[in-house]
Amino acid sequence: MENLERVLSEHPFFAGLQPEYIKLLVGCASNVAFKPGEFILREGEPAESFYLIRHGKVMIETFVAGKGSIMIRTREAGEILGWSWLVPPYKWHFDARALEVTRAIALDGKCLRGKCDEDYRLGYEIMKRFNAIIAERLEATRLQLMDIYGDHV
Amino acid sequence: MATMSDSKTNEINLTEPMITRPFRVNRAIKDTHDTFSLELTPSGNSNKFDFAPGQFNMLYVFGVGEVPISISGDPAKQSKLVHTTRAVGNVTKAMNKLKAGDTLGVRGPFGTAWPVKEAEGEDVVLVAGGIGLAPLRPVIYHLLANRGQYGKIALLYGARTPEDILFQKTLEKWRSRFDFEMYITVDRATGNWKGNVGVVTQLIPRSPFDPLNCVAMICGPEIMMRFTVLELEKRGVTTNKIYVSMERNMKCGIGLCGHCQLGRTFICKDGAVYPYSQIADLFTKREL
Ligand SMILES: Cc1cc2nc3c(=O)[nH]c(=O)nc-3n(C[C@H](O)[C@H](O)[C@H](O)COP(=O)(O)OP(=O)(O)OC[C@H]3O[C@@H](n4cnc5c(N)ncnc54)[C@H](O)[C@@H]3O)c2cc1C
Ligand code: FES
Repeated sequence: MENLERVLSEHPFFAGLQPEYIKLLVGCASNVAFKPGEFILREGEPAESFYLIRHGKVMIETFVAGKGSIMIRTREAGEILGWSWLVPPYKWHFDARALEVTRAIALDGKCLRGKCDEDYRLGYEIMKRFNAIIAERLEATRLQLMDIYGDHV
Repeated sequence: MATMSDSKTNEINLTEPMITRPFRVNRAIKDTHDTFSLELTPSGNSNKFDFAPGQFNMLYVFGVGEVPISISGDPAKQSKLVHTTRAVGNVTKAMNKLKAGDTLGVRGPFGTAWPVKEAEGEDVVLVAGGIGLAPLRPVIYHLLANRGQYGKIALLYGARTPEDILFQKTLEKWRSRFDFEMYITVDRATGNWKGNVGVVTQLIPRSPFDPLNCVAMICGPEIMMRFTVLELEKRGVTTNKIYVSMERNMKCGIGLCGHCQLGRTFICKDGAVYPYSQIADLFTKREL
């Protein structure tokens, strides 16, 4: 437990979060590892947790009939994977596959939602962090959609 | 302001900057499906071509037209002048058809240089998007040839797909060095690609450089440079330490015709490399 507490507090996602909240979050956290090629999330399945990646690399992808898997974005150590646990109907919208041996802390979404409902200050801290990530990803997706290295730009 | 050093000015061409000199194509290399490199040597007495990383030449395809193209080769190898070009229109498509033994007109070198002197003692972060890697390649050759003069060196390179990645053999060589950090990402990929996917700006938060002691050089589409500057600023890099390379249509290349005017500056003469702080206001003006 002490070890998980340290790992959580050292992950950039929780930087600056009060120690008492970190202690609270340990109750929702577990240590997980994935082999290269192993799926971490599957599109359409219940989004029950999110992951703080500590080591390795993950590919977010989607399957398109006739084209195969289209790679959307990679995630690496220091980043987080998955926010569908925050938004009803709590289902994954994409697949995520480990490209390398990947170690992460899984945070149980239901458990976390419960703790955020009980303590709005914790909820606000978590939402602020997810907001920043969602805004950054939206901006990146816009750039990706613009196809800035294409012929027409 | 980045200026070209005196030792790097090409005397012959600055006295007669409007006269194109014939160069022989020694080798034509197909880099990707739409991008090619030409290795040139001057015909005539002098077989040396002195330039500073970041400078460009006006390349004339006889009977078709003239376009500005940055020099992409090693500044220490003066007998081999290299340009890397993406075939997009009339002149560049005609240039793509040239073979070894053909002749091409060259005027230059023109423009300002990347700040390799100012960057001594600092970390250097190079951010390239698409064909933007070509104008930055001479800087990398220079930094690696003078490795002891610099702190950490990081290249962050974004391409459209894995098939669009330029200079793959050279990149592999650089990747194997312990004193050079390289991160490549593509906007989209399918198949066996195991590298990064996502826009180049996303590499900035995780790349290892000291924002307080670093010089950043960015080359790519303007929109990519804009977002890259924002990310660098988020990390704490100040805009006077960020350099960008600008592009506009050109005709004379020497500040006479006004074709390349960007607000108060002429890119051919005052650029193409600028400290971002000097042109930040022009960067986001819609009418320019
Ligand atoms: C200082 C400077 C350095 C440059 N260095 C390089 C270099 O190292 N390598 C290189 O490949 N290019 C470089 N360019 C861009 C290059 O000059 C143009 O691509 C070229 O002038 C296009 O001429 P064209 O006759 O082939 O195409 P045009 O007939 O003029 O244009 C045909 C089509 O291509 C589009 N187009 C024009 N330029 C570009 C572009 N840059 N990117 C995408 N689409 C374009 C036009 O909008 C048009 O639709 C540089 C430009 C400047 C100002
Ligand atoms: S190209 Fe003529 S002034 Fe710049």
